[in-house]
Amino acid sequence: MSFLTYFINGLSLGSIYAIIALGYTMVYGIAKMLNFAHGDFIMVGCYIIFSVSGALSGNSIVGIIVAIILCTLLGITTEFVAYRPLRGAASPLAVLITAIGVSYLLENLALLIFGADIKSFTSVIKWEGLTFADGQLRIQGVTIVTIVVSILILIVLQFFINKTKQGQAMLAVAEDRGAATLMGINVNRTIMLTFAIGSALAAVAGALLCSAYPSLSPYTGAMPGIKAFVAAVLGGIGSIPGAMIGGLVLGIVEILSKTYISSQLSDAIVFGILVVVLLVRPTGILGKKIQEKV
Amino acid sequence: MKKMNKVVSVMSAAVIALSMLAGCGDTAADTAGTGDAGSASGDKVFKIGAIGPLTGGAAAYGNAVCNAAELAVAEINANGGINGYQVEYKKQDDELNAEKSVNAYNTLKDWGMQVLVGSTTSACSIAVSEYTKADNMFQLTPSGSAEDCVKYDNAFRVCFSDPNQGIASAQYISDHNLATKVGIIYDSSDVYSSGIYQKFVQESEGKNFEVVSAEAFTADNNTDFSVQLQKAKDAGADLVFLPIYYKEAALILTQASTMGYAPTFFGVDGLDGILTVENFDVSLAEGVMLLTPFAADATDDLTVNFVKNYQEKYGEIPNQFAADAYDAVFIIKQAMEAKGVTPDMSVSDICEAVKGAMTEIEASGLTSAKMTWAANGEPNKEPKAVIIKDGAYVSAQ
Repeated sequence: MSFLTYFINGLSLGSIYAIIALGYTMVYGIAKMLNFAHGDFIMVGCYIIFSVSGALSGNSIVGIIVAIILCTLLGITTEFVAYRPLRGAASPLAVLITAIGVSYLLENLALLIFGADIKSFTSVIKWEGLTFADGQLRIQGVTIVTIVVSILILIVLQFFINKTKQGQAMLAVAEDRGAATLMGINVNRTIMLTFAIGSALAAVAGALLCSAYPSLSPYTGAMPGIKAFVAAVLGGIGSIPGAMIGGLVLGIVEILSKTYISSQLSDAIVFGILVVVLLVRPTGILGKKIQEKV
Repeated sequence: MKKMNKVVSVMSAAVIALSMLAGCGDTAADTAGTGDAGSASGDKVFKIGAIGPLTGGAAAYGNAVCNAAELAVAEINANGGINGYQVEYKKQDDELNAEKSVNAYNTLKDWGMQVLVGSTTSACSIAVSEYTKADNMFQLTPSGSAEDCVKYDNAFRVCFSDPNQGIASAQYISDHNLATKVGIIYDSSDVYSSGIYQKFVQESEGKNFEVVSAEAFTADNNTDFSVQLQKAKDAGADLVFLPIYYKEAALILTQASTMGYAPTFFGVDGLDGILTVENFDVSLAEGVMLLTPFAADATDDLTVNFVKNYQEKYGEIPNQFAADAYDAVFIIKQAMEAKGVTPDMSVSDICEAVKGAMTEIEASGLTSAKMTWAANGEPNKEPKAVIIKDGAYVSAQ
């Protein structure tokens, strides 16, 4: 019974990682860049929901909608101002480092505007969840909602990418940017759309992250962002179902190693697993091996 | 050191030159600035200085300390001063910055300070103690709780040191029969938290309760506490000791409530502030106990008068920092009276006298009815706790 409890806790943590990893992997898969500021987009989303719902006396639905819109705009702006000018740079590291810069910029802006004090976030999920076996086993509402939302996002993204014209354009850009341009695809617009979707997902992830762990500070997104990145790599970065699986595996491993090995070593174990997976299967669990053409 | 002497001599030369230029207007303060024996002989007052963050994020702490010290000095002066001499008081802002705290100290020294109440926070206190040691000036920090704040023999403190809060907590839990099985959740990446944890576990040996689970978290993994709480619950802990800051504690309380686990939560001074977290549901903190030297609702005459006077003068209810600082000034008074200290003694002589008196006196104040000190600067007093009831701190009895 206690194993089941821990397993469910792992599932609930993993579902949060999964939903963040979806946004990470989406942007990487198409734009081939690691947006290290993704975790901070989440934090921005949380603050927007917090402020808007606060101003509207607890109306979180409006808060989430405003957050999705503003995060989308933030993503588009960031892409336009910080990433696009560097896309032609000789080294792909330039964009990566800019992303880290954007991450610090957002964190410090949040520090400036909202201060370092933590704020308690009111959960947007009012549902208590399910209880089994006379209340000994409880699955929180936010866990169920997170898993359902991640699966929904997964399905919609898969459909969008494989079945729509814009999605096909994304695949083409991911495959070969030069050839896509020659085929008449507007690469800049396609990548901008990718960022827009990725950032909108960040706002949704933020709402669920802060509902599960209701403490909001300028660094709220930083560590979950890194963990989600690990999850995305574990599942095979670029693969959307992989992000989902990677997130869940990561969460369950983290909680179980905390429980049965050591509460302090769990991070070491989680990152150790990443190293092992990358040694055995460099592309991750669901990653496709892409032949580099010479 | 050589360089330092040069700087000092250049500075004192400048001060003297300035005071000559300025004429005789306020030579007392200026000449006292050269800092040595008897230079303020015509001027028979004690000069006590206080340092704290009066602006910035920790302004609440610094203002509490400096206001309460001011209040204590005013009361002492109204009742005839120390050994018949009036006391002058001056406060300086350090903005929670160790370098600025040293600057503040130098400013106060130039003013002629003989005894320092400060600094308010640990890092600043440690930085300043290097200088008070060099000058052999008596330093009594009301609230600097890191171990190193009192590493020199001229420095003492009013509050418990961080690790000693672990000892005090174990004593309190045992003395008041709060629990038989205790779980602990602490931050192993933080010296404050792990220090308290270690002392708590040591002290709990042979007490009437048993530590059944001790689970750590780290600064990088401080959002999900489901495992730590579940383990405490499975081990049957009826009290969970939280030697951590309120940021994590707020999450722990929320998660414990979601999983339907309701032990007594017992924290230390890091928990102070949990009620001020924006948008926090204070009902989650109902019944949480924390070790603190001061509860503003206590009914003894001393506390009632202090709270009333403080509120009249500064418009708010004093916190534990204020109480520590208020006591600090009266402790200095008692120590000075024990040795018959007079204002014309040099800073160093005053320090030696007060230092000697500190280990001999038994002080009584807001934070404890009976305080004594060891030569290492650590106070020895009975721990007190408050309990959160209806969103406010109430003395726990």
